[in-house]
Amino acid sequence: MTDRFISIEGIAKRYPAPGGGATAVFEDLWLGMERGTFTCVIGHSGCGKTTVLNILAGLDRPSEGAVIVDGQAIEGPSLDRAVIFQSHALLPWRTVMGNVAYAVTSKWRRRRRAEVEAHAQTFIDLVGLTGAEHKHPSELSGGMKQRVGIARALSIEPKILLMDEPFSALDALTRGTLQDEVRRICTTTGQTVFMITHDVDEAIYLADRIVLMTNGPGAVLAEIVDNPLPKERSRTDFHRHPYYYGLRNHIIDFLVTRSKSFADDTKDTPHDPRNVPLVRPGVPERALAAAGESVAARLVGREAANT
Amino acid sequence: MTSSLSFRAAVVSVLLFIAFVSAWHLAVRGTGPTQAMDPEYAKLMGATATQGKSAMPGPLEVGAKLLEHLSRPFYDNGPNDKGVGIQLAYSLGRVLIGYFLAVAVAVPVGFLIGMSPLMSRALDPFIQILKPISPLAWMPLALYTIKDSGLSAIFVIFICSLWPMMINTAFGVVGVRKEWLNVARTLEVGVARRAFTVILPAAAPTILTGMRISIGIAWLVIVAAEMLVGGTGIGYFVWNEWNNLSIINVINAILLIGVVGMVLDQVLARAARLVTFPE
Repeated sequence: MTDRFISIEGIAKRYPAPGGGATAVFEDLWLGMERGTFTCVIGHSGCGKTTVLNILAGLDRPSEGAVIVDGQAIEGPSLDRAVIFQSHALLPWRTVMGNVAYAVTSKWRRRRRAEVEAHAQTFIDLVGLTGAEHKHPSELSGGMKQRVGIARALSIEPKILLMDEPFSALDALTRGTLQDEVRRICTTTGQTVFMITHDVDEAIYLADRIVLMTNGPGAVLAEIVDNPLPKERSRTDFHRHPYYYGLRNHIIDFLVTRSKSFADDTKDTPHDPRNVPLVRPGVPERALAAAGESVAARLVGREAANT
Repeated sequence: MTSSLSFRAAVVSVLLFIAFVSAWHLAVRGTGPTQAMDPEYAKLMGATATQGKSAMPGPLEVGAKLLEHLSRPFYDNGPNDKGVGIQLAYSLGRVLIGYFLAVAVAVPVGFLIGMSPLMSRALDPFIQILKPISPLAWMPLALYTIKDSGLSAIFVIFICSLWPMMINTAFGVVGVRKEWLNVARTLEVGVARRAFTVILPAAAPTILTGMRISIGIAWLVIVAAEMLVGGTGIGYFVWNEWNNLSIINVINAILLIGVVGMVLDQVLARAARLVTFPE
């Protein structure tokens, strides 16, 4: 528990219900994330994924509970946590350079203009937008706009990158290339990432851990799926990996049926929000036993305890 | 057949102008000797009675007089005989002073209303009551308190320019996209920097629209205000020429008021285009 870089501790979000009382989007949510890991949250619309992300970003406050990042409780938005918005949220009156430089000057107030621009330029180059620095967002395609959003978020060198369905508004081809870029950047820099998505393959390709959230209101974290695919996976063949279909089916089964029926399924064995089960679907039992690595061992131990 | 739309529109405009001027010319021209009368008596009666000539001046007379005005716009032969250029300059001066005073008040107050729901609610009843008041209704009060007719005219311009700018600024500030504000929040941008780097550019097109409406209203009101306060200005010129029964000069003044109003509007339209951002 102590080595957690991000620790969501018992947060709840409630809204006043029309007939008095309160509707809880989610209650008593616990989740830990280690430094340098890529966590994806999957769940249906309205389960409160975006609210969780906004609380992490400091844009929203939980009705109860707290989030600790690097030993400090979140009090509000911070330059340590960068957000990549679904709608890219670029300032349309600024150029590509202007948008990235705005973030850079926000972080380092005293830097001189030339320094700021040089710094911004590295990140514009990093996302492959060299040559488009002086274009306005309206002159860019959807994918390029989102690249600027990514460059802006990375340019402040955040401890955590928060992404709210960053690729959902893009066409499939652009989404693929951007996923590759994000994966490349995050693995090389060891960035800690928290991302919301609807796309199962996106989660499998990018994430180390996939958090499955049940339907709201009253959503809970049903499971944390440990991605069994090797860390060095590539877009071209990750779907041929022997564990891929087991993993994919597990997540899709969850989204199609178990996300709805979760509360009924767990009536007999109450769901402990503090100890969300960690599963490793797709891995044959034998391989799991032979793996002998800590995650698998912990998992087996927990499953044994559960049964 | 392939000529551009703007060329064809220009042709139609010119044709309409020619048709209007011809109709005007025909309508006011003399019909020749109307009745036999004693030559001495006819001299006293003038062309209106003897030649069937309308009292309304024709386009040629107005045009000739206009050229005369334009060739000598800045002469000054005492209080009641100044060139139209001087009169327009007086009017423009009052409009610009009153207008920019209004900008200096309306934009910050509009910002405050837009950023603070409390101030928005608190100021709303005052604005709702003050806004529909005809600016000229303030004139007696202004004359009584300020005791200077020129300054009173400026005050009237100030008060009539205020509301559209204030309301549009507030509207523009309220309408700034939440996501842009969230960008500023996640970047820990302070209140002042956020106001100038996010809210102001985002609201600028709406603010400029308000400024454009205001300059139009200010130019409408200055003519009426100067008719009341007298002394100088194009409004006073119109009223003075009416008292002189110089319909030619009244028509000329109307034309010039229209041209200056159009120029003011176009300047603001240009400025609005500068701050507009495509999305």
